[in-house]
Amino acid sequence: MALKTEEMVLNMGPQHPSTHGVLRLELQIDGEIIIDVIPHIGYLHRCFEKHAEAMTYPQIIPYTDRMDYLASMYNEFGYALAMERLMKIEVPERVEYIRVIMGELQRIASHLVALGTYGADIGAFTPFLFCFRDRERILHLFEITCGARLLYNYIWIGGLSHDLHPDFIRLTKEFIKDFRPNVKELNDLLSYNRIFIERTANVGVLPIDTAINYGVSGPNLRASGMKWDLRRDDPYSVYHKFDYEIPVGSGEKGKTGDCWDRYFIRVREMEESLKIIEQAIEQIPEGDVKSAIPKRVKPPEGQIYTRVENPRGELGYFIISDGSLNPSRVKVRAPSFVTMQIFPELCKGFMVADVVAILGSVDIVLGEIDR
Amino acid sequence: MKTAEEIFNLLKEKFGDAVIELKTDIPVEPFIVVDPLMVDKICSFLRDENELQLDSLMNLSGVDDANGEKVKDEKGLETIKGGTLSVYYHLESTKLKHKLTLKTSTDREKPEVVTVTEVWKGADWHEREAYDMYGIIFLNHPDLRRILMPYDWEFGFPLRKDYKNPEFYQGMKVPY
Repeated sequence: MALKTEEMVLNMGPQHPSTHGVLRLELQIDGEIIIDVIPHIGYLHRCFEKHAEAMTYPQIIPYTDRMDYLASMYNEFGYALAMERLMKIEVPERVEYIRVIMGELQRIASHLVALGTYGADIGAFTPFLFCFRDRERILHLFEITCGARLLYNYIWIGGLSHDLHPDFIRLTKEFIKDFRPNVKELNDLLSYNRIFIERTANVGVLPIDTAINYGVSGPNLRASGMKWDLRRDDPYSVYHKFDYEIPVGSGEKGKTGDCWDRYFIRVREMEESLKIIEQAIEQIPEGDVKSAIPKRVKPPEGQIYTRVENPRGELGYFIISDGSLNPSRVKVRAPSFVTMQIFPELCKGFMVADVVAILGSVDIVLGEIDR
Repeated sequence: MKTAEEIFNLLKEKFGDAVIELKTDIPVEPFIVVDPLMVDKICSFLRDENELQLDSLMNLSGVDDANGEKVKDEKGLETIKGGTLSVYYHLESTKLKHKLTLKTSTDREKPEVVTVTEVWKGADWHEREAYDMYGIIFLNHPDLRRILMPYDWEFGFPLRKDYKNPEFYQGMKVPY
């Protein structure tokens, strides 16, 4: 007589250390094999979009900080950019340079959290401490600039809340000098670690046409082998002035678009961000960072969709203005929200333990999914 | 690269009356208004046509136009009768690098739009969010449940302009 098996449902979360926030996953499993995953989101829902309709445009900026709390600078950047395009504000060049420097520092900080916690999810705790040590220095740079370490309210519509601190350039140069060897250290410790590769290579492979059809963007799309980066493909700010590469996944340790590719693309992106910051520091012009800030933000009637390359992918703001001081509609296209949809597809056929590896590799932030 | 005007002419030729108008007078972005019950066919044409290849759905967003009649109910609170709810689609071609905005408007009392999940799988959660927030029914959607609000939320659709907070939720006073 054949052995009788039965499918079962396993609940994971909402409070679970590897779900990177409050996410509930309903796993349908056959033994150890995943048959289906049903994600349940909304535990952090604050209805940002409803709040936004009751506030004036500059008041929204602190709220955008709180969506993707690991990349607050970039959220503000995207929102300010959308408003400037809607109101047709010319921003001084110094402001653009400072925004790019802050944005790229934020990208490194965000990737460091992603990589460190990914190691911790898989079972390597030491890289987590190394990553947070380096991230601490970036947070210090933000702190001397605007006084806050996580939620900045720094990038305003048309300008910035503060100019750079006199020590900022020196400290950033020191950071870059110290950080380069640390990336190599991270590679020795984690990226090329045999156990780590065994856990991540060939797991959760994301084919490129599926990724495009689902609207996946950012590092996850590039890991699948597509050279697509909004900094290059839909240029904004002063990114066209810098020389940097766009790393794409090549299936170095397994198939293209597996967890290891998604992990390693972030390591390489940090190095490219360092290049951008170095060039920006060399070229940064003098100027007044507050000269273009409008006294009263009252955009004309109209609508705009603007997107930027957030550390997690394409962050879009869809703003409809009715000509008054409050927006009529603000919709945020959060990269993690779209990426999370593909998660059941990635998990099917893999083991329960791989769920954690796949979830860590797509790098989601629940504050942004739920908004 | 195609402009919104060229795409509009192509669509008009193919779909006739289902493509309603091209709006270019609004600042910043032009958009094409289409019939809510033909959206899926128009979208799959936009995706598959060789000279368009709009293969990626950047964003899908519900909007309350609040253009209906404002009436006071018995408690003196304002509600909106009639008018429309809209859905905006922001599309993009990753190969040909052009973008397009579609808009479709539907009756507020009976908001029904055909789903585009068959065309872009990524539309699934966006449409669930639009349903959750505005109550727009996406016909033929495979799994139209609430997504951000609790599954048992019975006090309406929060992003509608005439939404009112419930006084109590599960025995707790709101605002607490």
